[in-house]
Amino acid sequence: MSVENVLEVDRLITSFETERGLLRAVDQVSFKIPKGKTVGIVGESGCGKSVTAMSIVGLLPQPWGKVLGGDIRFKGEDILQCSSKRMTQIRGGEIGVIFQEPMAALNPVHRIGRQVAEVFRIHKNMSKKDAWDAATEMLDLLRIPAPEKRMMDYPHHLSGGMRQRVVIALALACRPDLVIADEPTTALDVTVQAQILDLLGSLQDEMGMSVMLITHDLGVIAESCDEVVVMYAGRVVESAPVNELFENPLHAYTRALLRSIPTLETPHKSVLPTIPGTVAGLGDHSHGCRFCQRLGIESPVSRERPPFEEVQPGHWVEICNYCSES
Amino acid sequence: MNDPVMLKTEDLRVHFPVKSGLLLRQTGAVKAVDGISLELGVGETLGLVGESGCGKSTFGKALVRLLDPTSGKITFEGRDITHLSQRQLRPMRRDFQMIFQDPAESLDARMNVRSIIEEPFRIHKMGTRVERKKWVDELLETVGLSNRASERYPFEFSGGQRQRIGIARALALKPKWLVCDEPVSALDVSVQSQILNLLVELQKEFDLSYLFIAHDLSVVKHVSDRVAVMYLGKIVELADSEEIYRNPKHAYTKALLSAVPVADPTAKRHDRILLEGDVPSPIDPPNGSAFGHRINHPRYDETVGLDMSLREISPRHWVAADPCSLEEEDWQKLSS
Repeated sequence: MSVENVLEVDRLITSFETERGLLRAVDQVSFKIPKGKTVGIVGESGCGKSVTAMSIVGLLPQPWGKVLGGDIRFKGEDILQCSSKRMTQIRGGEIGVIFQEPMAALNPVHRIGRQVAEVFRIHKNMSKKDAWDAATEMLDLLRIPAPEKRMMDYPHHLSGGMRQRVVIALALACRPDLVIADEPTTALDVTVQAQILDLLGSLQDEMGMSVMLITHDLGVIAESCDEVVVMYAGRVVESAPVNELFENPLHAYTRALLRSIPTLETPHKSVLPTIPGTVAGLGDHSHGCRFCQRLGIESPVSRERPPFEEVQPGHWVEICNYCSES
Repeated sequence: MNDPVMLKTEDLRVHFPVKSGLLLRQTGAVKAVDGISLELGVGETLGLVGESGCGKSTFGKALVRLLDPTSGKITFEGRDITHLSQRQLRPMRRDFQMIFQDPAESLDARMNVRSIIEEPFRIHKMGTRVERKKWVDELLETVGLSNRASERYPFEFSGGQRQRIGIARALALKPKWLVCDEPVSALDVSVQSQILNLLVELQKEFDLSYLFIAHDLSVVKHVSDRVAVMYLGKIVELADSEEIYRNPKHAYTKALLSAVPVADPTAKRHDRILLEGDVPSPIDPPNGSAFGHRINHPRYDETVGLDMSLREISPRHWVAADPCSLEEEDWQKLSS
């Protein structure tokens, strides 16, 4: 355990109980988040990126979701074993969470001020007045114009971008060591997305926190992350520093993903490279290479999981010779 | 325009009344679409981009007459369709169809795929049972689904496959043009490209025209021949796709383009233009330049009451004549 990593996730397994039996949504996922860095988790819907995040903060839907194996160490502390009281302290205090849909993360019947101040009341035991002042200051820090007035507003008074700022204010209120941002800008317009990412970046520099940024947008990853973890069907298929990943993608899935997005440079109306098939449902995951499964490749190792190895310092990849050749 | 004009709007407006008070008197109007004049050529794709709430979906719906325009005119193949009743419209409905953003919501969950795709034929009383069955199978093949799909229900399909079903339904009556309202934004990245390829392919095969509404500028550029940028109910810039991306004139277009995240970490933080604030409310839009108002431009006062309609700044490149949004040089050129 090194001090440089705020978070270390080691062979995490999370399953859901369903009518069809146990579904393994996260299958031995490992990654590290170094102090002060931004790590992007990228993948398509159903790849387990949000479930990984919810496992870390203990917010899996109950009673169906369960962590069945692995380790999550936050600042050296095993948070899978800690008491629920300690977990409440960590969540919101030392780990802040930013959710995708700001309207769902805010309580529609309470004023913004009360919701932000509540964080200070609970985690810092502040008096009502101090908490209110701290909350106003927080809104100001997030460059929300006229914070005193906004404190008296209800969530529906605010635009999507402003609401997301309030949600970020909630997450950052206690100056956490780690912020988990689950698709923080997906519901926003590009110009507002640019504002929010810019703001998040500068607050990170100011506060020195680490960020775990979950997104499906490789553009967002390229612009705001230091390291990238690519997930597919519940597993990490590749992880590397951001420049390395974009310059030298090794896993067939990463390559296909990078090729399939149109950019402003893609020739007009040309045929885009596609990935055949669709992401496999949780119920029909194979034991072997899951990307081979999607491509329909029958391989002799379809019963065995490909090894996950470090091919260059910091660059890890699941090595499957079958899908990488196609 | 080189292509013959298929569809034309002139000063199209869609306003929604805002009612308040005890008697629910009309106290204002949401000016969702506020004076749009556009032309769509045969076989052309016109991209329409803008932020949420700018009125792009409303415009799309008004074009296919799912919403009634407040004023203005829509001409389809030379015929004024603005005020036709839904009954009069019915025979023409074959010619224009719509593909919706969320395929899960736009398909009836209680109908199997065959009845969903067959429904347009039944409504238009076309074909015998056997013929219709054959047509449905052909349509499924066209959009890349196996005919085994026809007896299944929408929930059994993934997002991309559902969107294919929506496209098959839209194509059933061999339309001439389609409004595609954010057809890929609900889909995963790897599936997005499949659907985009399909749309481009179908266009070539059936000589379709598209009004392609989206907020993702890379996607719009990829499929569009021309691109219109919409801001608060109005078109602020219109040009050929390559031209608008290479040489944007309006400050809003520039900001929009610079905000697109680029999937290349080495190109980090090029000269990004960060816009302050949000789009103003369309209920009570500013009298002058809506964009100048947002960024608090010093020349905003000049624009109150000014005619800021689109002018041609270079061949086929149109931009709103707004001093708050143009470079001084361009403004001089337009205003002289």
